[in-house]
Amino acid sequence: MTTVQRKDVNPIAHLSTEDIEAIGRELDALREEVVASRGASDAAYIRRVIAVQRRLELGSRAILLFSLFPPAWLVGTAGLTVAKILENMEIGHNVLHGQWDWMRDPKIHSTTWEWDHVSPAAQWKHAHNELHHTYTNVIGRDNDLGYGIMRVDEDQKWYPAHLGQPFYNFLNACFFEYGIAAYDLELGRNLKTRERRRDPKFRAAVKQVRKKIGRQVLKDYIVHPALSGPSFLHTLAATFTANLIRNLWSHSVIMCGHFPNGVETFEKTSIEGETRGEWYLRQMLGSANISGSKLLHIMTGNLSHQIEHHLFPDLPSNRYAEIAPKIQDLFQRYGLSYTTGPLPKQVASAWAKVFRLSLPNRKARTARPVSEPAVATAAR
Amino acid sequence: MVELLTTPLVPADYLDVLAPLRNRSTLRARVEAVRPETRDSVTLVLRPGRGWQRHEPGQYVRLGVEVDGVRLWRSYSLTSPPGSPDGRISVTVNAVPGGVVSTHLVRHARAGMLLHLDPPAGGFVLPRPRPAKVLFLTAGSGVTPVMGMLRSALHELDDVVVVHSAPAHADVVFGADLRALAADGRIRLIERHTRTDGRLKPADLAALVPDLFERHTWACGPNEMLDDLEAHWRAGDAADRLHTERFRPAVVVVGDGGTVTFGRSGTVVEADGAVPLLEAGEAAGVLMPSGCRMGICYSCVLPLRSGAVRDLRNGQVTTAEPEDDVLVQTCISAAAGPCHLDA
Repeated sequence: MTTVQRKDVNPIAHLSTEDIEAIGRELDALREEVVASRGASDAAYIRRVIAVQRRLELGSRAILLFSLFPPAWLVGTAGLTVAKILENMEIGHNVLHGQWDWMRDPKIHSTTWEWDHVSPAAQWKHAHNELHHTYTNVIGRDNDLGYGIMRVDEDQKWYPAHLGQPFYNFLNACFFEYGIAAYDLELGRNLKTRERRRDPKFRAAVKQVRKKIGRQVLKDYIVHPALSGPSFLHTLAATFTANLIRNLWSHSVIMCGHFPNGVETFEKTSIEGETRGEWYLRQMLGSANISGSKLLHIMTGNLSHQIEHHLFPDLPSNRYAEIAPKIQDLFQRYGLSYTTGPLPKQVASAWAKVFRLSLPNRKARTARPVSEPAVATAAR
Repeated sequence: MVELLTTPLVPADYLDVLAPLRNRSTLRARVEAVRPETRDSVTLVLRPGRGWQRHEPGQYVRLGVEVDGVRLWRSYSLTSPPGSPDGRISVTVNAVPGGVVSTHLVRHARAGMLLHLDPPAGGFVLPRPRPAKVLFLTAGSGVTPVMGMLRSALHELDDVVVVHSAPAHADVVFGADLRALAADGRIRLIERHTRTDGRLKPADLAALVPDLFERHTWACGPNEMLDDLEAHWRAGDAADRLHTERFRPAVVVVGDGGTVTFGRSGTVVEADGAVPLLEAGEAAGVLMPSGCRMGICYSCVLPLRSGAVRDLRNGQVTTAEPEDDVLVQTCISAAAGPCHLDA
């Protein structure tokens, strides 16, 4: 992947300023349509998902009290894994986006929700909602591009350390929630200098994360196993497995959102003075979907509709499926490519990129001017 | 200790999905019966969950009702005697023209529905010892708190006059109950049907109730009526014997821009209708939480304590009544009249 601005064939060169603003108006109107029709059935949906998730978690944890018996271990672990995935993806991620704030239910609200994750909700909201969703796929601004540990774009500079990135990525996948906590703390940047390390704001944030990790670990690896008495070690293994699978799953889904082939990246300078239409366009080109069944959509927290989610991060997740055909139609009318594919294909595509870019770029970049016109200007 | 099992949630969050009425920390009630009173009013018989406190007759309760998925809170007078043996309470709801919540309840309330509930509140109650002579002066649905008092305390009152106004005979909420009490000689009932007899003026009262100012009067009805009554009682130097209950606060003025009060910092600014509250606050030096500044990240959300704001993206107006906090995104909301933010 190369930033749109440096590509030999700019995928948006055919769009006029007028076109881009028309896309923006159309998307604004679509958003209004959904907002106006939000109602009781949407509220019932999220309440049902929450009720199912909590019942499943309670039931699975109860079964795990007898995890000494292999069938109980299997059933309990499977149930807990699904519960944890639902909690993080369809519930936590989306509630923290403010998708359900309109219900005015203080218990299902972005400002009060806390999730089953080691990164405290407040820190995650800053890093994710504010930085990633605003600066999506802008090199140097969006840390989700490789999470600061990987090179996922030809335009990111290669260092020998990148040779190990397939390994780091796998490790990150296994312990993804810890990776996210470190990422939300901007550990890499904040540990660099003594001054940053001593910054009281950073230290307070670290303290919060340590507290959250403490409680999460105590719950999953000490209290629940201890309650199972003779099944202590089995329950511990079960919870570890559930967390591991949840981590691998969410890591895979999230890799599919911005790393597969077909997703575009953008130059830092391209977003100066960006209009609403241009912002929408960047979200359209910077995200990729996963095709699949209704169950897949729910288990991915509807991040399988990553494009729709990035256009309208605060619309209820259960509505993305309904607007997806309209968005696809919009892509088609304006000659843009809607990146989507089945999960295995998208995951493979993302991993292939991680492997490919662990090596320096194959063909040396020809001396093209770095200050190639930005999206904003390219289209004018 | 149990919280270690459920962190980051609390045990009550799980209880909520299994047995919502057993959760002490969040008061709820289940609608057990819906009884029509008049064409436009119903009585809801509610079973409150654990944590409900016994009310005083005349008090009201705030109900959180989900209308089109959005939780809206409104106050309704309790019309059942307190501490009933079956543990149930009742409220009577009159569909107000244009009233979103009252209309929803009158038309769509069904047995089994769950409502949110606040503890009973309000000082519109009879004192102890009970006054010797009492006048209840009501109009429309203003009779509801009075019905609560009559049902529970009438046996302790010797001399009760009820003056009640309604558009017509059929519109009298609790008409049958009131007429039955009058027929038994337990109250003196004066019904006024305003569509035929016109509105009752404070000056007319002396003829209907000769010992007017000797009585302790509890009045409930529209704001204009109560304003007139308060003036009349003040003029009669009997203001201490008039107790009033208002149902509706001042209507939110919806305009372009307005005076924004930032509660915590005490800052007050005149904000233009096109300037986001976030910018208005920041320009005045208020510490405001902020994020993307384009309405997507919800980092800037603050409680609107009262007033009206307009969503700059679609012109939609959101209003909050006192005690009914609404969380608003300050980066895309502008003042649409005077408003009070908690920042």
